Amino acid sequence: MALQILLNLIIAFVWMFLYNDWSVPRFTVGYLLGVICIGLLSRFWPHDFYMKRLWAVMKLLILFVKELFISSFAVMLQIIRPRLEIRPGIFALETELTSDWEITVLSCLICLTPGTLTLDVGRDGRTLYIHAMDIEDAAELSKQIKGTFERAIMEVTRS
Amino acid sequence: MSQTGEILIGLVVLIGALISALSAFGLVRLPDVYLRSHAATKSATLGVLFILAGVFLYFAFYLEHVSAKLLLGIVFVFITAPVAGHLNGRAAYRSGVPLWERSVQDDWSVSIKKEREKQ
Repeated sequence: MALQILLNLIIAFVWMFLYNDWSVPRFTVGYLLGVICIGLLSRFWPHDFYMKRLWAVMKLLILFVKELFISSFAVMLQIIRPRLEIRPGIFALETELTSDWEITVLSCLICLTPGTLTLDVGRDGRTLYIHAMDIEDAAELSKQIKGTFERAIMEVTRS
Repeated sequence: MSQTGEILIGLVVLIGALISALSAFGLVRLPDVYLRSHAATKSATLGVLFILAGVFLYFAFYLEHVSAKLLLGIVFVFITAPVAGHLNGRAAYRSGVPLWERSVQDDWSVSIKKEREKQ
């Protein structure tokens, strides 16, 4: 992926050399041209086209912001409710992610979901211990986390 | 137009302040460390984000000064707040702070016991 970006930059600079014009608009045009070239020739690369991964990163960011909003409003509703009707608890979540980077991102995302907070990552690096504010059904909650976050992270790291 | 814009930005800052106030109220009200750190990490982060975003918009549109420092501040708060919540909770649990008595489930205590026996 880094190689593709480097090639794209080189194409942009070659475009600037061709015109002997060192301005930002010329660079932008060259860069866009490079994107098109690399996109058309993407099947000669061992990895996927890097714009696809960029798009996955954008989707992850949007998910992050959305979950932050939902979760803080959920917590605030619990706080201002006249009687506390929460049933907190700690549950274990088996994750399929392997590298340290992926697990860090996942636990940061979990900290910002509605009513969940990562407490620890197990020694084996496969289990996350999560404190939930309202643990109606741990299986349901973990399925939801797996469905949204794990998939979004996997799209970024292994496409 | 400028008047309505000012009112809108004022509203954004006001919402941020309200959210921060609510999360402070949550810190007083919730029963144990873990639940309190729920309130501290999520709502406080969102409140700070709203206030900083309002300030950024006001500076950008009315004082004609695009402040990149404010944007960086937003990003840093966004990244560090969940990590701080996680570390607080973990340190509390490892040093033996009990859960609230009405907690339902505790998977972690089992695995911690196993780990201690091994050592």
